Amino acid sequence: MAFLSIENVEKSYPDGTYALRGVSFSIEKGEFVAIMGPSGSGKSTLLHVLGFLDRQSKGVYRFDGKTMDDYTEEELAHVRNKKMGFVFQAFNLLPRTTTKENVELPLLYSDVKKSEHEKLVKEAILAVGLVERTNHLSSQLSGGERQRVAIARALVNDPDIIFADEPTGNLDSKSGKMIMEIIQRLHGEGRTIILITHETYTAQHAQRIIRMLDGKIESDTVVDNRHIARDSFEK
Amino acid sequence: MTIKDSIQIALKGLETNRSRSFLAILGIVIGITAIILMMSIGQGAESLILRQIGGLGAETIVVRPGKEPTGPTDVGETLLATSLKIKDYQALQKKSNVPGVVEITPVLLIPGSVSFEGETYRPTIIGSKADFFLEVFDVYPKVGVVFDEVDISQNASVAIIGSKVAEELFGGGEALGEQISIKGRKFRVIGVLPPKGQVVFFDLNDLVMIPYTTAQTYLLGIDYFHEIILKAESAGAVLRTVSDVETTLRESHGIENAKDDDFFVVTQQGLVEQIQVIIGALTAFLSSVVAIALVVGGIGVMNIMLVSVTERTREIGLRKALGATEKDIMMQFLFESTILTAIGGVIAVLLGATLSFLASLVLTVVVGITWSFALPINAIFLGLIVSGLVGLIFGLYPARKAAKKSPIEALRYE
Repeated sequence: MAFLSIENVEKSYPDGTYALRGVSFSIEKGEFVAIMGPSGSGKSTLLHVLGFLDRQSKGVYRFDGKTMDDYTEEELAHVRNKKMGFVFQAFNLLPRTTTKENVELPLLYSDVKKSEHEKLVKEAILAVGLVERTNHLSSQLSGGERQRVAIARALVNDPDIIFADEPTGNLDSKSGKMIMEIIQRLHGEGRTIILITHETYTAQHAQRIIRMLDGKIESDTVVDNRHIARDSFEK
Repeated sequence: MTIKDSIQIALKGLETNRSRSFLAILGIVIGITAIILMMSIGQGAESLILRQIGGLGAETIVVRPGKEPTGPTDVGETLLATSLKIKDYQALQKKSNVPGVVEITPVLLIPGSVSFEGETYRPTIIGSKADFFLEVFDVYPKVGVVFDEVDISQNASVAIIGSKVAEELFGGGEALGEQISIKGRKFRVIGVLPPKGQVVFFDLNDLVMIPYTTAQTYLLGIDYFHEIILKAESAGAVLRTVSDVETTLRESHGIENAKDDDFFVVTQQGLVEQIQVIIGALTAFLSSVVAIALVVGGIGVMNIMLVSVTERTREIGLRKALGATEKDIMMQFLFESTILTAIGGVIAVLLGATLSFLASLVLTVVVGITWSFALPINAIFLGLIVSGLVGLIFGLYPARKAAKKSPIEALRYE
């Protein structure tokens, strides 16, 4: 059984507009999939449904064998906390809060023992190469660094899947490359990655590209010539 | 998520929005300060008033002749009644009759004026045993002495005068040893009392005191007393002592039935209770005003929390995406509002105590009232608990609103 599968998923709003009009695909564990499409194509809505942040209007979505209806609101929060990691275009770090505290945030909502927090936070910060920024406030960091903090935060609970919504959208190309290198490395470590982007270049770092248009899948193709981001940390 | 985590997150949230947090609690600070001030000053006022009525103290028992007055006309009858005589006084003095008494004096009220070399003044003139009043009011002549049992038994024509009487008759001059005249009879001044603060029903400064025997024999020509005043050993002993006094006097007068009593006993206790009722009613009235102030303060907190929830929509969405449950978010905001108002409570207790202390200083030093600063411990607890409760109650709605926010709505919010 696929790690994650959706069948004929629709999402409509009370005003009659449709964001998704019957979408079906499945993703295996360890896959790196990019979802592409212009603004309004429904890719963000799709990500929200996949991340248990929003509920589809029709169709079935199974994550790890279960649907959203199998969980209570509280259990959904736990699934998001333990199995999923989120990275957003706008970083969404807490203001006036240090790197360390931002990264620790998901642990506060988990059942991980307090005594282990420091070690896990350190590892996550190390993984994104921000050790020397551990005690900096988020406002003291550059855009690229903030996104790396956000990735460390997504990583800290060791999730099975990472959802990245336009993670390079607000960054210059060098920082963007750095982010893609980290994401590819996380994929290399066995994590499933779903990346939302409207840039073909960024999407080509994935193994597979699902193109969306007007709430439907336009194409679902394997990437032949994957871009491999590397050496971006060299000065 | 432990309570400790919730509290830490809430504290962090408050710290991040410091100036807004301060403004939010202003109403609460004012309301709770009012509570503390009210209770503290109320307690001070109560003890001041009780001390003054007290004047003579809650232990004081007054025996008057005649029937207990039930209307205005009866009062005159009381003044004319002649039933309290020296044998009653002697009977009441006996420890075997009234064991709870520590001091006792007969009292005669002498209408009229005193004069000295053409100066005339109308003070309160009483015939009594001097040491009773001096002990109760804790004063002693600043110059001269007190008349004693010998003076009393010899119907001596001696007087102790208050500071105001001395001022009126002698100006700044020496009063001791001078002869003043009361109802045409000469009295030698043997003691002058020091100035003493006003006591509500009794002004020591305006007093002339002579031996009761002298008053009976030479001034009034009567063989009875207007009052006998007793002091019980404690306020708790008053009831028992009253009943002993009644028994003794009935025996002395040969009365068998209480309704035939030709005397009546007055204590301060009824008055004390009345005053306490009045102060209690005043406090209840003020409390309701303060309660309104607290509701207004609470609404202020609710407003600010609602603004805060809207402003932090993105943060709430993020927390939910990262695994916060509705309960976690609810707790975070509830703790924020409760901690916020509790901090307001602490500030208010300190502020209220300081203001009350300053007020007591001003009253004592500037106005000259002996006001004692009191900060009832229950006022402190009440202040803290009420402030916390206000935060809890008025934080509920904003916290619920925050908890119900959908994560995607929240994350989409710009």
